Amino acid sequence: MYTTSTLSAGAPAGRPWLRYAAPQAFFPLAGKAIPWLLGAALLLAACGLYLGLLAAPPDRAQGDAYRIIFVHVPAAWLSMLIYLAMAFWAAIGLVFNTRLSSMMASALAPSGALFTFLALWTGALWGRPTWGAWWVWDARLTSELLLLFLYLGFMALQAALDDPRRADRAGALLALAGVVNVPVIYFSVQWWNTLHQGASLSSRGASMAPIMLQAMLVMTMALWAYAIAAVLQRLRSIVLKRERHTAWVQAYLKEKQHDLG
Amino acid sequence: MIWDDWNQFLAMGGYARYVWGAFGVVLAALVLEQLALHRQRRDALAAARLAATRAQS
Repeated sequence: MYTTSTLSAGAPAGRPWLRYAAPQAFFPLAGKAIPWLLGAALLLAACGLYLGLLAAPPDRAQGDAYRIIFVHVPAAWLSMLIYLAMAFWAAIGLVFNTRLSSMMASALAPSGALFTFLALWTGALWGRPTWGAWWVWDARLTSELLLLFLYLGFMALQAALDDPRRADRAGALLALAGVVNVPVIYFSVQWWNTLHQGASLSSRGASMAPIMLQAMLVMTMALWAYAIAAVLQRLRSIVLKRERHTAWVQAYLKEKQHDLG
Repeated sequence: MIWDDWNQFLAMGGYARYVWGAFGVVLAALVLEQLALHRQRRDALAAARLAATRAQS
C-alpha cells in the first residue's frame, strides 16, 4: 500500500549519529526543538534590542544611525553562513545520496535569501545617512547582491524540475559553483578599496565599545536561533510533502488526528 | 537607558526613518516568514492527507 522508506529508523550499529539521517527519526526531534528555539530567539532579541536601542550610547561619528549595525551585521553574517550550510548539505546529499541532506539544503535557501535581502536593505538604509548613497557598485555590495541571485537561482532551478531527486542534484551543482562567492564577500573589504567599513570583529579584536559589541552578539544569537527554527519548520513541511506516501507519515497523520479528537 | 523620554527615543537623533526603516523591515520580514511557514505546513499536511485517501481507494 505505502512505499517503505529506504533508510530504517533504527540506529546502524556503531554509527548512532546516522539515526537522525532518516527523515522519520529527524522529524519529531526537529518538532520538539522549534518552540525552544523560537522562545530563545524572542528572549535574546528582547535583551539585544534593550542593549542596542536603549542602553548603548550614540556613536561619536555616526550618531544614532550606527544602531542599524545591530541588525545589519547579524543578517549579513547569517546570509553567508546559511549559504555555506546549504552548499555543505547539498554536497553531502549529492555524494552520499541521502534524501534528508538535500531537503535540508532546500529548506536553507529561502532563509538565506531572506537574510541576504535584509542585509542589503539595512545596508542601504545605513549607507544613505553615512555615505550619502543608498547603493554603490563596490565589491562588498555587489558580491552580496550576487549571493541573493545565487539563492534565488537555486530556488528557481529546484522549482522548475518536477523530479525531486533531479532537482536536488541540479541545485547541489549550482550551490557548489556559487560557494566561491562567500570568501569573496567576506574578504572584499580587505582585497579592494571600498566605501564599506572594515570588519567589526577580526583577529585584532572588536572595533567598537563593549556594550555595542554585546548588543551585536546578542542580536546575532537571536537571529541564529530564529533562523534555525525557521529552517527546521520549512524542513518539516518539505519532509511531510515529499514522504507523504510513506507509512511513517501516514502513521504521524493518524496520531495527530487522534490527539485532536 | 540613555534617553530622556520616548519622543527622543523615537526620533533616534534625527535618523528615525533609517533606524526604524531597518528594524521595522527585519521584524516585518520575520513575521511574514512565520505566516508563510504556517501556510506551507498546512498545505503539506493537506497533501499528506490526500495521499492517504488516494491510497485507500
